[in-house]
Amino acid sequence: MSAATSDVILKINNISKLFGPVAALRNMHLEVRAGRVHTLLGENGAGKSTLMKILAGVYHATSGEVEFCGASYKPESPQDAAARGLTIVFQELSLCNNMTVAENILATREPSVYGFINDQALERRAAEIVRDLGLPVDVTEKVGHLSMAQRQLVEIAKGLSIPDPRLVILDEPTSSLTDAETEILFSIIGRLKARGVAIIYISHRMEEIMRLSDDITVIRDGEFIATRQREDVTIDELIAMMVGRQMNEIYPPRLSAAPAASEAPILSVEGLSRHGEFQDVSFDVRKGEILGFFGLIGSGRSEVMNALFGMKAATGSIRIDGEAATITSPVDAIGRRIAFVTENRKEEGLVLAHSVEWNISMAALGRFAASLGFMRKRQERKAAKEEVGRLTIKTASVDTPVGSLSGGNQQKAVLAKWLLTQPRILILDEPTRGVDVGAKFEIYKIIRQLAAEGTAILLVSSELPEVLGMSDRLVVMHEGRLSATLPGGATPEAVMAHATGITS
Amino acid sequence: MSDEKHVSSAQKPIAKLLRQYGGILVSLVILCIIFSVMNPRFMTVANLMNVLQQIAVIAIAAFGMTWVILLGEIDLSIGSIIAVAGMAAAQAFLAGFGFMPTLLLTLLAGAAMGLANGALTAKLGLPSFIVTVATMGIFRGLVSLPTNGAPAMIEDPTWIAIGAESFVGLPIIIWIVVVLFVFNHVLLSKTTFGRRAYLTGGNREAAIYSGIKVDRVKITIFMISGIMAAISGILLSSRLYSAQTNAGTSYELDAIAAAVLGGTSLAGGVGTMIGTLIGALIIGVMNNGMNMLSVPYFYQLIVKGLVILLAVWLDVRSKRAKQ
Repeated sequence: MSAATSDVILKINNISKLFGPVAALRNMHLEVRAGRVHTLLGENGAGKSTLMKILAGVYHATSGEVEFCGASYKPESPQDAAARGLTIVFQELSLCNNMTVAENILATREPSVYGFINDQALERRAAEIVRDLGLPVDVTEKVGHLSMAQRQLVEIAKGLSIPDPRLVILDEPTSSLTDAETEILFSIIGRLKARGVAIIYISHRMEEIMRLSDDITVIRDGEFIATRQREDVTIDELIAMMVGRQMNEIYPPRLSAAPAASEAPILSVEGLSRHGEFQDVSFDVRKGEILGFFGLIGSGRSEVMNALFGMKAATGSIRIDGEAATITSPVDAIGRRIAFVTENRKEEGLVLAHSVEWNISMAALGRFAASLGFMRKRQERKAAKEEVGRLTIKTASVDTPVGSLSGGNQQKAVLAKWLLTQPRILILDEPTRGVDVGAKFEIYKIIRQLAAEGTAILLVSSELPEVLGMSDRLVVMHEGRLSATLPGGATPEAVMAHATGITS
Repeated sequence: MSDEKHVSSAQKPIAKLLRQYGGILVSLVILCIIFSVMNPRFMTVANLMNVLQQIAVIAIAAFGMTWVILLGEIDLSIGSIIAVAGMAAAQAFLAGFGFMPTLLLTLLAGAAMGLANGALTAKLGLPSFIVTVATMGIFRGLVSLPTNGAPAMIEDPTWIAIGAESFVGLPIIIWIVVVLFVFNHVLLSKTTFGRRAYLTGGNREAAIYSGIKVDRVKITIFMISGIMAAISGILLSSRLYSAQTNAGTSYELDAIAAAVLGGTSLAGGVGTMIGTLIGALIIGVMNNGMNMLSVPYFYQLIVKGLVILLAVWLDVRSKRAKQ
């Protein structure tokens, strides 16, 4: 036991972080040992990122202590953290696309003489780093010419290029990697471990976590829940700790029976294709049915939905109520009573500076138009208030800027906006991304309610439990093709097999 | 109970006005106090009428600019459009057109130039800054084509009357400003078109996904800007009895300043016509007051720049404090 405690490289004691009155972290504990992979597991908004930012010197803890390599540790900046041997690879890419791989990897640490950069030394040094890591990238290539996966690897190389790394934090490093690059990353992690470097690993992919981790710490709502060794815990236990309730409790049951297979579909899509994005996608959905769409990143799910909504041109046939429908713009789609909650609510869903009311009415302005184009403002306000009440959007008033609401309430505002168009077909792309557990449950209940009222729902998600828990049937996509249509009771293993293309 | 409600709703617009425009209203009042202390003739009805007439050209152009900035775009060509409008009118009169045909032709010319700006921006996806820098030069060049750079006289009595006569005790110019203010204010704040402009400026992507035809909104707005600039050009040529090739030069900067002083966000999605009107008043009061104090022109430029910085800073500060 004494041997085990002696190789503790990072010790976090009672760390709290307050943002105004809101506690992002409360009395957090964590012990990370040299040469081990320690996974941090928690829902979005559980406090993982806050904790990492404290370790990287981006934030300062409100109270508590951190010990790193046996000394007290309070980094002032990421540079300071790097000088102490702690490096962090963030999920968001921080690369300059019009600079070369070498320039990016050694950014701010370029070999130079009197401020003049020695380009040859720069490339040589970067090439060494890339070779050591076994990355298949040319250091003289511009980052903008690389694939997303390769960029992610460059980001990792940049993080690992500090002189003497003792602790490496990887924040969802595989989210945009394909299998081949994931294997490269895993072998890098293996070599780091062998050198005695400690790794904090953040990921949502359970299989990956079970394969890679030595220790797993679960945090929830900013609080430490438990640390377990990998051998002593199952995926179900981890998920239960993470969400704070049993799996089957977080997905509300159907409010009415699923539509019979014999019923005519409201929407049928046949042979939908778009060059380079998806090929020959066919499916149909009935009134009141929840059709799940699952696939890894890059499988083409969102692209299909954008094509259905008229944002992207595609070939193939779309039929609504059995009649051929031409949809070349969102105007057409909305006219056919299709609604689309996109995956990026801040970019495509909301006008953050505008009020809740304006955001809720924006897709249904025609409903509030009187003669000469005047707005029926009283009706607009009434409708907005009704939606706020119906979806229990927590906001001071309908005049509050929507950008000041929490992620969950913003997402509900997007839903409210589309419900006001009275859709018959509702596309939900990652409807619970970046939403806390409570709001998640409420959104699931709303989805159930809408299905019970007869809305056909296409539910796109990269969270397998969510698609499995909510869908009546399930479409699985792999590399732009539909690889299977499964019944709602499919096992996670079967879905993953189709999503990764393992089955023949 | 119902009485109370009535009172509060009557007070509400004024309270709202103060809350929203407090910063710049204070600036305007301070400026007026300074000028009236330094020159007692400043605060006379005659002079205030004068101020209003002087700001007419800028205010109307600024109404158009407010739409454009609201959309997150910019229109640098309006100074040139002002000159083209005057020259188009002068040439039409020379060709023997009457008042109404000339008026329509001038407005059409403004609309056409706005259409060019809008179509190039929306359909070719070029940044409006670049498009309107280019058309600013092109339109300015067009002005000189008919006369080889010489000014052209305008002698039509109705045209001249616009800038010289009064109607029910108020100069016609002021009536035009009032009518155009009400028109733009109502169009922006009370109609679905205005709402679509706000939404498109606030988040273009979200507007597209919500079924708003953003290109159509954009082109229409550049046309409004062109028409407003043409009306400014009509007023200016009327007051000058002529079309000058350098008319309206750098007016786009005053129009932008008026809109931004009035709280229109250069990022798009935020702004009102009331704010722009107050912004134009600040600029007008400064010009008038400093002229009355015989401040040399170059000092006026410096002071104007500083006051704009101060007013915008006050405004930004008060908005931050609210958050």
